Amino acid sequence: MGFGRMLRKEDVRFVRGKGTFVDDVHVPGMLHGAILRSPHAHARIRSIDISAAEAHPRVKAVITGAFLETMNLAWMPTLSQDVQAVLATDKVRFQGQEVAFVVAEDRYSARDALELIDVDYEPLAPVIDARQALAPGAPVIRDDLAGKADNHIFDWEAGDEAATSQVFATADVVVSQDMLYPRVHPASIETCGTIASLDPVTGKLTVWSTSQAPHAHRVLYAIVTGLPEQKIQIISPDIGGGFGGKVGIYPGYVLAVVGSIITGKPVKWVEDRSENLMSTAFARDYHMHGEIAATRDGKILGLRVDVLADHGAFNGTAQPTKFPAGFFHIFTGSYDLQAAHCKVTGVYTNKAPGGVAYACSFRVTEAVYLVERMVDILAAELGVDPAELRMKNLLRPEQFPYTSPTGWEYDSGNYPRALDLAMEIAGYADLRREQAEKRERGELMGIGISFFTEGVGAGPRKHMDILGLGMADGCDLRVHPTGKAVLRISCQSQGQGHETTFAQIVAQETGIPPEDVEVVHGDTDATPFGLGTYGSRSTPVSGAAAAVASRRVRDKARIIAAASLECSADDLEWEQGRWYVKGDHENGRTIQEIAFLSHSDLDLPEGVEGHLDASTVYSPPNLTYPFGAYVCVVDVDPGTGQVKVRRFIAVDDCGPRINPMIVEGQVHGGLADGVGMALMQVMAFDEVGNHLGGSFMDYLLPTSMECPSWETGQTVTPSPHHPLGVKGVGESATVGSPPAIVNAVMDALAPYGVRHADMPLTPAQVWLAMQGRPARTDLAFT
Amino acid sequence: MQVAMTVNGDEVTADIEPRLLLVHFIRENLRLTGTHWGCDTSNCGSCVVWMDAEPVKSCTVLAVMASGHAIRTVEDLEVDGVLDPVQQGFINEHGLQCGFCTPGMMLTARALLDRTPDPDEAQIREAISGQLCRCTGYENIVRSIRWAAEHPTAEAAPA
Amino acid sequence: MQTPAPFEYERATSVEHALALLERYGPESRVVAGGHSLLPMMKLRIASADCLIDINDLTDLSYIRVDGDHLAIGAMTRHAQVLASAVLGEHYRIFHDAERVIADPVVRNRGTVGGSLCQADPSEDLSAVCSALGATCVIRSSSGTRTVPAREFHEGPYETAVGPAEMLVEVRVPIRSGVGSAYQKVERRAGDWAVAAVGAFVTLSDGVVSDVGIGLTAVGAPHFCAPEAEDSLRAKEPTEANLAAAAALAAASARPQTDQRGPDDYKRHLAGELTLRALRRSVARATGQEA
Repeated sequence: MGFGRMLRKEDVRFVRGKGTFVDDVHVPGMLHGAILRSPHAHARIRSIDISAAEAHPRVKAVITGAFLETMNLAWMPTLSQDVQAVLATDKVRFQGQEVAFVVAEDRYSARDALELIDVDYEPLAPVIDARQALAPGAPVIRDDLAGKADNHIFDWEAGDEAATSQVFATADVVVSQDMLYPRVHPASIETCGTIASLDPVTGKLTVWSTSQAPHAHRVLYAIVTGLPEQKIQIISPDIGGGFGGKVGIYPGYVLAVVGSIITGKPVKWVEDRSENLMSTAFARDYHMHGEIAATRDGKILGLRVDVLADHGAFNGTAQPTKFPAGFFHIFTGSYDLQAAHCKVTGVYTNKAPGGVAYACSFRVTEAVYLVERMVDILAAELGVDPAELRMKNLLRPEQFPYTSPTGWEYDSGNYPRALDLAMEIAGYADLRREQAEKRERGELMGIGISFFTEGVGAGPRKHMDILGLGMADGCDLRVHPTGKAVLRISCQSQGQGHETTFAQIVAQETGIPPEDVEVVHGDTDATPFGLGTYGSRSTPVSGAAAAVASRRVRDKARIIAAASLECSADDLEWEQGRWYVKGDHENGRTIQEIAFLSHSDLDLPEGVEGHLDASTVYSPPNLTYPFGAYVCVVDVDPGTGQVKVRRFIAVDDCGPRINPMIVEGQVHGGLADGVGMALMQVMAFDEVGNHLGGSFMDYLLPTSMECPSWETGQTVTPSPHHPLGVKGVGESATVGSPPAIVNAVMDALAPYGVRHADMPLTPAQVWLAMQGRPARTDLAFT
Repeated sequence: MQVAMTVNGDEVTADIEPRLLLVHFIRENLRLTGTHWGCDTSNCGSCVVWMDAEPVKSCTVLAVMASGHAIRTVEDLEVDGVLDPVQQGFINEHGLQCGFCTPGMMLTARALLDRTPDPDEAQIREAISGQLCRCTGYENIVRSIRWAAEHPTAEAAPA
Repeated sequence: MQTPAPFEYERATSVEHALALLERYGPESRVVAGGHSLLPMMKLRIASADCLIDINDLTDLSYIRVDGDHLAIGAMTRHAQVLASAVLGEHYRIFHDAERVIADPVVRNRGTVGGSLCQADPSEDLSAVCSALGATCVIRSSSGTRTVPAREFHEGPYETAVGPAEMLVEVRVPIRSGVGSAYQKVERRAGDWAVAAVGAFVTLSDGVVSDVGIGLTAVGAPHFCAPEAEDSLRAKEPTEANLAAAAALAAASARPQTDQRGPDDYKRHLAGELTLRALRRSVARATGQEA
C-alpha cells in the first residue's frame, strides 16, 4: 500500500508531451529577453551604446547597468554574503558576464538586437590560474568592494590541527598527493529560465521559474526589489533537471523582473546552452593537497587536507551560511581515524560564480574524492589490496552513532556488510585473477573501489540556515470529505518523482491509497515554506514532515473515530487505513469514513476541531548519512589511452526505500555522472580567460555508449532519528562514482608507475599519465 | 514565406521567416510543446521529431525545409487516447525522471522498433547515442524500449 | 537556443536550377543539404549567408551504384544510407567503419556525403576516407562537369575546389579487387570529432602490397593523406615491421595542433598508432582473415 515499487503518477503527462516546463508557458502579451554578455574575462567598460538596439522596431526596452543603478538593482546579494553584478557597471569580471538586457516582441528579434549594442571594452589582465590568485601583484578582481586589495575570500578550517600534526609526526607512513576536482557543470537538459509578470493593476509579481527553491526565491526577490512578499508568487512548474544548477537566483531572472516592471508586460528569459555553461553555477573546482598517515600494517591514523577553492568572480556558492566550504569537513569519510584537519582558502578568479552544484551535497563530492583517492594511493604505497585496506579501516557497526574527528555525528551504518556485498556482486577475486592474467599479456585492466559516507538532509535549523532562513520545511495534509487527500509540500521535484513518493508516504501512514493523494508542490501561493530541493534533502526533511503530518492526521482520525463509535480513543487499534475497536474487528471506521465524519455534524470532544488535516514544520535533529560501496572495472587501450567502463557495481544504503524503482533510478543517473566527470567533463580556461567548455561540443556529457549496464544492490540500515528511518539518496551515486572510476584507471595504469592523474581522464590525459606527465586539467592543454 | 506541411497528420500552412527553426515553429506557431530544446550545437537531441518517418533534430532543420514533408511529434504517439507501447514502456520501466529528454527518446525508439522489432541492448544504445539524458543513466531507457519490443500490441492503459 | 540572422531561401528543383540560383545570389549564397554543418554555425552566427539554396529535393543526386570501374556515390546520399549500403560494404568496409563513428544516428539521417566533403572541416572523417581511397570528386557548373581528385579537393580548412556557382554532384571510388580497408578513430566520446583518425586500404598481389592508401583526419595532414607512407609500403610484404615503418612515416607527415582534444605529440602518436591498426585490419580483411 505505501512503500514499494509503484509506477509514477506524474509519468503520463510527460510521455504524452504534456509537461509544463518554463519555456512551454505562454502568457498573453509576453515579451522576450536576451542578454548581451562579455567576450572578455576581465575588462573595464568604457562605454555602452544602445541606441541602435533601441531603434530596432521590435525592441521594447534595452537595459544597462547604469539604468539598474538608478533602481539600486545593479548589484544583488549572493547566497554567500557577497554581492554579484546583475549587469556590469564598471568592469566585467568573467567571460560571459551579463552586460545588457534587451526586451523584444520575439526571441529572434531580441537576439538580433544584441548585435546592435556597441560596448567599448578596455581589456585587463585576468586571473585565470587559481593557484596564482593570491600571488603578489595579481590583478585585483573585486575592486568594487571597498578596500579590497587582493583576491582572497575566506579561510576556514575544521578538525584538530595540533592533534593531527602529532599523529603525522609519529606515523610510520605518510603519503601525500595533490589532486584537482575540476570545474564541472550540472548541465541539466533544460536550461534556466523565467517568466516574470508584474501585473500593473494588482501589483502582483508572478514568476514562473526553473527554481529548486521557490520560497527562498520569493524572499530574495522581496528583499532585492522591495516588492511586498505577499504580492510575490513563484511558480516552479515541471523542471527538466536541477542537480543544484537551479538553486540560485541568476541575473537573467532579476532582469526579467525589471523588464516586466519597465514594460508593464510579462517578460520571458530562457538562456541558451552556452549561457548556461558559461554563466550559471559551476560545481567543484577544488585544488586539494591531501596527506594520509598510517601504520606500517595499514591502520589509517590521520588525514590532513589543504584546499584552494576557486569561487569565480563573485562568491555565489549555495550552501548553509555557516559553512563556506560546505560539508567538506566530512572528508574523513567512512574510516576510523584518530585525528584530522582541513583548511580551505577561497579565492576569486575571473570566471563565473558558483561552486556548490551538481549533486555535490555541499562539497561532499570533493571530500569523498579526496579520501577515496588517498586511501588508494596509500594502498599502492603499502602494496596492499585496496579492498583489504578499506575493510581494515572502515567504521564498525558498533561504533554508531559515530562522531567524526571533525564533528559530524553519523547516525547509523554497517559498512563492512555493504563492501562485502559489492565485492560479492562484482566477483572481486575473479576480477583480480583476470587482471593478473591480462597484465602478463600487457593488457590494461583496472578495478577501482569507492566507499562513501554522505551527509544529507540539511538540516537542523539551529545549525543550518541560508541567509538566516533555517533549513526546516513545512508540510500540510488535508483530507477531503470523500476521503481523498491533498499534501502540500515545500520541496518540489525536478524529476525525483515526489508526486509519487510523497503520496506513498501518506499512504503508508494513513492508509489512503497513493492514487488518492494529490501532491502539490512548486507554487509558493499553494505550499508551505521550505528551503527547497537540493542536497538530497527532500526525503530526509520534507519526507519526514509528510510523515509527521500524516501521523497527526491518523491520530486525529482516531479521536474522531472514537467519537463516532462512542468509545474511548484508547480502545481503538490501527490497521492500515482503519481504526477499529480492540477485540471487535468488524466494528471500526475507515479513514475515508472518518474524513466525512470530520466534516459532519458529529459531536467532537472538547478542544477538538473539525475537518481532518494537519500541518507541521520539521527541523531535522541531524543530517542523515547514507553510504555505499562501489566497484568499477575498466579496460584501458595502451596504444590510445581510451578507457572503457566495462562494469560498475553499486551497493547503496539509504535506509528503507519508499519506492525502490525510483531509488534505483536515482542511483543510475548518478553513476552516469561519475562516467562523465571521471572521463570527459571539464570546463577549462585558456590563459586569457576564454571558456573552453561553452557548448555541448566541448563540454562532453556521457551517452548511452559510455555507460555500462549498471549493477546495483542494497543494504538497509535505517536512520534512528528519521520518522521513517529513511535517508536521502539523490546524490549518493554522483558522490561515490567518480573516485571508483579514477581508482580503476589508476589501477589499470599501475604497471606504468602512474600514481595519480587528474580528471577528466580523457584518452589524451591517460596517454600523458602513461608518459609520466599528466596535465593540469583546469587549464588548456599545452 | 508560405509553407505547407503535415504535422501529426494534419495539414498546416503558415507564413514564416526562412530562418525560423522547425523546433520553434512546432513549439510556438503550433503550440505543440512536447518537443523540447536543450543546446545550441545539435548534440542533446531533446528536439527530435520525425520528418518523413525518420528521426531528425528539429533544431537543425529550418521550418521552410520541412515544407512539403510530414512531421510527427510526440503528441502523435498515442492513438485515440491509447498510449503507444513505447510510451507505456517508459512508464512501466521508469524510463523517465524529469521527462525533458523523453519525447525525443521515445520517437527515436519508435523509429527503431518499426525497423528492428527485436533490438538487442547494443542496438538500442546505439540508436539513442545521439541524445543526452542527465537523470536516468540510460539503463531504464534501454529497459523501456525492450519492454515496448516485447509488448508490441497496445495493451496499454488508457492515456 | 541560438538563432540565425535573417536570410533568403530558395528551393532548387534541379541541379541546373541550383546553379542558376547560386549565380543569381552570388558569393554570399550557400547551398544547404543536410544542414548539420552549416545551420549550427549560422545559429551561433559564426557563418552567414544572404541566401540558402535548399537542394534536398534533388533526390536524383542520392544514389550508390556500381558504374563500370568505379563506385558512384551521389552527393545527396545521406550518411545513414552510406552506413546501410550493402554495395559499399562489399567493396570498402572503410565506409561502414567511418560512418559508424560520424556524428550520431539521428544526425546521419540528414547529413550528406556532399555536405560533409564541402564543409571541409579538418576533422571530417569522410575526407580522410576519400583521400585514402583515391576518390574523385565530380563538380558541375553551368558550363559542364569537371573532376578533381579527392586529394586536391580540399584546399585548406573549410575551403574546397568547388568554385562560385559550382556544385559537387558525385564522388567516384575506383573498384579494386582483393581490397581490404578499415577506419580507426579515437574520440573522447561517441559522436565527438576525432582526436585523430586514420583510414586505409590495401590490395595484395602475390603476397605483397600492390596498392595502398592512407588517409588521416584531424591531424593536419596535407590533403588528408600520407603519400610518403604509402610509397614506403607499395610492393613490400605486409609484415608488421613494414606496416610499422609506414605508420611512422604517416605520423611524421602529420601536423597536428594542440587543443582540448589533446596535445600535438599525443595526436602525432595516435596518427602512427591508428595508421598501424588501420593497415593491419586492411591486410586482415584483404586476406579474408577478418570476418
